[in-house]
Amino acid sequence: MTETASSASKITSTMTGKMTGRGVNVFYGDKQALIDVDLEILDREVTALIGPSGCGKSTFLRCLNRMNDSIEICRVVGDIRLDDEDIYAPELDPVLLRARVGMVFQKPNPFPKSIYDNVAYGPRIHGLANTRAEFDQIVETSLEKAGLWGEVKDRLSEPGTGLSGGQQQRLCIARAIAVDPEVILMDEPCSALDPIATARIEELIDELRENYTIVIVTHSMQQAARVSQRTAFFHLGELVEVGDTEQIFTTPREERTQGYITGRFG
Amino acid sequence: MTDPATTDLAGKDRGRTTVWGSPEQARRFRARRRADQRLRLFGLGAVALSLALILILIGSLGYSGHTAFTQTHLVLDVTIDPAKVRADEPDTGNYRALIRGALWSLLPKVRNSADRNDLAKLASQGAPYILRDRVVADPSLIGQTIKIAVPVSDPYDQLHKGVIPRTGPEEERRLKDKQIAWFDDLVVQGQIESRLNWGLLFNSDSRFPELAGLAGAISGSFYALLVCFALSFPIGIASAVYLEEFAPRNRWTSLIEVNINNLAAVPSVVFGLLGLAVFIQFFGIPRSTPLVGGMTLALMTLPTIIIATRLALAAVPPSIREAALGLGASGHQVVLHHVLPLAMPGIMTGTIIGMARALGETAPLLLIGMNAFIISTSGGILEPATALPTQIFIWADSPERGFAARTAAGILVLIAFLVAMNLSAVVLRRKFERRW
Ligand SMILES: Nc1ncnc2c1ncn2[C@@H]1O[C@H](COP(=O)(O)OP(=O)(O)O)[C@@H](O)[C@H]1O
Ligand SMILES: [Mg+2]
Repeated sequence: MTETASSASKITSTMTGKMTGRGVNVFYGDKQALIDVDLEILDREVTALIGPSGCGKSTFLRCLNRMNDSIEICRVVGDIRLDDEDIYAPELDPVLLRARVGMVFQKPNPFPKSIYDNVAYGPRIHGLANTRAEFDQIVETSLEKAGLWGEVKDRLSEPGTGLSGGQQQRLCIARAIAVDPEVILMDEPCSALDPIATARIEELIDELRENYTIVIVTHSMQQAARVSQRTAFFHLGELVEVGDTEQIFTTPREERTQGYITGRFG
Repeated sequence: MTDPATTDLAGKDRGRTTVWGSPEQARRFRARRRADQRLRLFGLGAVALSLALILILIGSLGYSGHTAFTQTHLVLDVTIDPAKVRADEPDTGNYRALIRGALWSLLPKVRNSADRNDLAKLASQGAPYILRDRVVADPSLIGQTIKIAVPVSDPYDQLHKGVIPRTGPEEERRLKDKQIAWFDDLVVQGQIESRLNWGLLFNSDSRFPELAGLAGAISGSFYALLVCFALSFPIGIASAVYLEEFAPRNRWTSLIEVNINNLAAVPSVVFGLLGLAVFIQFFGIPRSTPLVGGMTLALMTLPTIIIATRLALAAVPPSIREAALGLGASGHQVVLHHVLPLAMPGIMTGTIIGMARALGETAPLLLIGMNAFIISTSGGILEPATALPTQIFIWADSPERGFAARTAAGILVLIAFLVAMNLSAVVLRRKFERRW
């Protein structure tokens, strides 16, 4: 295990890490959910986190924007950096961190407000725009980037909850983009969607890669293979292997990775 | 892996001994159906019983209270004699003499002065004031003859409504034969009218049942509820938001929680004692006022609102909180922008139900003296007042026949307010039903 971790970090040490986790241990009360995870997230790439259910993928993802703070029994140990800045430093405000590291959740969760207000909410609380025209601009470009503008431009005042599941998820992506984050975290963003909506989101992720660093948790290995450049395989709270997606799926170094991607467990 | 399980099951199926349609099976089936039916009948019976009890309650209140919804009036032609009412001081005129004169002129045969005094009591003692108010409002009436309807006094009102007997031993009757004859004469003359009793809603309390109304109590209840709402709504929401959204889950918060739940179950009379000891005796807030009444009711309503608010907050899905947090909203923004607005319908519903309970509460108000005899509508939160339930309590205690009907009518008015409040809570809940 230590061997794996060090070999993984050797590979990545030459590249530019947008976010890095070193020796990350996470506990829920007495239960340890992550054990000594070392993982580097590269800039403007899609990193997929895969592994069987309950192995700690979401837990790791939620460490990256400190969403675990709101879980009272959750304790995070280790060093996690965004652009070499310790995100768990006491002087760092998680509110500002989350403006830089946005998140899209498993179940589409638009606010029960208008489509416009959904997208404008982030910019509003962070003071990213002042005039109505500026807000309009942000809303339009965000929806544009999320590939939703054409479908909703005539009904911006209708509730976001009235859209279809796939549209709701793209609205949530637009909402995250509107704050202009550097990293976008996605926790199984397609698991509640039908195949067509899923394909749409995957396309979108591929487009977003140009401007954003993306970390996506997925339980579908095909999806990981389709959208990601790098893949990290978690098992029972450990990071078993991380590498280029192609390498992970064709020549995994670890037996457990091999076993998982060929469907022998999980 | 699933295959062997299926074959196993099929194997068991083949070997089973149960035979559908055997007499023993049929018996079991019938017994089960009977048990189902019994349960349904029990439920139906319970619902029918409670409906019947409510109908009996409303019915008996309506039966004893309906007479209070009309009031027998005496129509008089009164000449406002400038000798008795001076134009420059219309409020000090001798209106009593005017009413008496008008009444006597209707029955000129009554000559002896004892009888005339007795006859004068046919009109309500409040009649001169009704006339005065008319003239003060419009002094140009002085010198003219006007038609005015005044309530008859309670015994005649009851006679007209058939509540007190006309026959039987005269010495046991409130009205003697002579008085009944006068009244009948007036009926024949067409001077007696039965009118809708608006005074019940628009008059304040009075010693005379024919004049007594609920206006003072309604305004007192209104001000007390205003104070109660102004205190318990913000404090209740703030406490609930803190407990539900921010407080750490530890021994202290669970202790507070248990105590709030217990507080909701404390008998209301205890809150009355507390209000008396703390608000009146310690802080010196004036007795009998809607201010102290509302503060006492707020103590009672607070736990209800806290509990309702916490339930409403807990019902807001966590995904909404996560969405806001994930965008970088701070704790107070998550609560104020998202959770609280979404919980508001539930909070309002709980608040209305709490206020309805406060409106019907009697015991604490008796302890802090909101059962004073007040003959004007409440002048604000610092003037002594009565409340609806305490007014009913006062009337129930009064010996006059007219008050018996008014007590029942007062209860019906109170119930009407309560039903209206509860209905608005239901409508609110329907209207803002969750849509996610
Ligand atoms: N809020 C929580 N409280 C307690 N245990 C949790 C919580 N969230 C996750 N866990 C535990 O942590 C482990 C990892 O969970 P998670 O990160 O959600 O796994 P994954 O997303 O890979 O399915 C699981 O064993 C799970 O039971
Ligand atoms: Mg997960």
